[in-house]
Amino acid sequence: MLNSFIFNRIFFVMLQIIILQSFSFSVQAKQIHKERSIYRNIVLLEKDNVRCMSFETRKIKPAYQACIDLVEPERLLFEYTQGLLAGYAINPEPERILIIGLGGGTMPRIMHKIYQRSEIISVEIDPVVVKLAKQYFRYQENDKVKTVIKDGRVFVKRALLKKEKFDWIILDAFNGDYIPEHLMTREFLSEVKGLLKTGGILSSNTFSNSRLFDHESVTYQSVFGKLHIFQTPTKGNRVIFACNCQTFNQFPLIESKLQKQFELFDVDLNSVRQRITDEISWDQTSRVLTDQYSPANLLKR
Amino acid sequence: MKKIMVLALAFSAGFSIMCFELLGGRMLAPFFGSSVYVWGSIITIFMLALSIGYLAGGKFSLYRPNCSRFAGLFILAALSLLPAIFYSEAIFNFVFEQIEDPRYGSLLASLFVFFIPGIILGMVAPYSVRILTQSADSSGYIAGFLYFVSTLGSAIGTIMTSFYLVLWLEINQILWLTFSILFTGGILAFLIDRFSSAKAIKLNH
Repeated sequence: MLNSFIFNRIFFVMLQIIILQSFSFSVQAKQIHKERSIYRNIVLLEKDNVRCMSFETRKIKPAYQACIDLVEPERLLFEYTQGLLAGYAINPEPERILIIGLGGGTMPRIMHKIYQRSEIISVEIDPVVVKLAKQYFRYQENDKVKTVIKDGRVFVKRALLKKEKFDWIILDAFNGDYIPEHLMTREFLSEVKGLLKTGGILSSNTFSNSRLFDHESVTYQSVFGKLHIFQTPTKGNRVIFACNCQTFNQFPLIESKLQKQFELFDVDLNSVRQRITDEISWDQTSRVLTDQYSPANLLKR
Repeated sequence: MKKIMVLALAFSAGFSIMCFELLGGRMLAPFFGSSVYVWGSIITIFMLALSIGYLAGGKFSLYRPNCSRFAGLFILAALSLLPAIFYSEAIFNFVFEQIEDPRYGSLLASLFVFFIPGIILGMVAPYSVRILTQSADSSGYIAGFLYFVSTLGSAIGTIMTSFYLVLWLEINQILWLTFSILFTGGILAFLIDRFSSAKAIKLNH
């Protein structure tokens, strides 16, 4: 009991350090590289041995697509990435993983380390993001770690035709300023569900503020039923866990073996687990987002 | 009366084109994504359709131009939206299964669904110039004013669709809305034309 209390304290102190760092980061970070893609300009920033990828914007505090600690590249610098990993509590040995939205390739890189037998396919729309992930964020492809350059929706539809199946699908395409609206509809989520094996899980990094929160939540609910949510301690995003199973009443507790394994990556899964709740905190009468009705970017205002 | 009617119709044609074009992006996204090339396909097909429409509309205006025929264009344009409402999903699905590359997939899908309505709506511009022009002297002025009105309609169609309509309505509901604007416009124009020509015949007698 006391032990977990201390753990928690340490966890939060660490988080605070990370937050403070990221605040000062945007102020003095040095731009080390800039590259143009067909979608936008992508810039790489660096400060105090932390390197980040960001889409060029005039904003003072840009959203980072990915960050890597150059001294400890295994550290997960975003709260939500730690949240995503809690999925291992449900299935510690996933055979096939699909990640939609590559960023710096941190998730596939770490997940390959965690369980090497997983086949990890990442889908990224922007070829330049893939190139930069390899050059600057230590993302490596091999016979288990693969990248496909495609729109996420198009990949999912094609994979359905080929009757592919996955144990775990991670949706991480929503951390930019513009939301891909066709990746947030009931139809899309049904297609994703169709790609999941029985008992397969979906974890999705999404928003927890603005009007969109309600619409998005009921949309996930309409497809998957029961949801479990990891709310990040300080940021405005959350991870939705859903399952292609009969019931998903319990989010499993973290076994000590798993907890130990993740300490290597500086992740306290127990603390993450404690922030996961099945409480419904949204307006359940909100309108479900569909291919016919998906004004996500307007609802975000 | 005739002038106001033609201007109102030109406005609604401009409105409908851009409304339809913007919806096109949302209709294609589930199948081909929302990348730049999907928008490239849509705009290419609309521009191609409009250019052919201008040519055809000009040609059509050479043969006994009258308001009833003008009204007919609108009814035809409205009807040409029906496949988009009822069959676009099936068509897109078919193209998706046949063509792997989303660039050519979206181009072909756009061709099937947006091309014909684009041509018919494009015919409106030159035809309306013909109806309102009374002398060569004023033709430039009339044409300019008509373009002003129809492009204003396009601007309003764009902002209404992208800022508000997609927030209030489903895609098909917005398509039905454009359908009704074009259809009612056509019917009204037809009735007005019949009414005024009947009156003219009476006066002649």
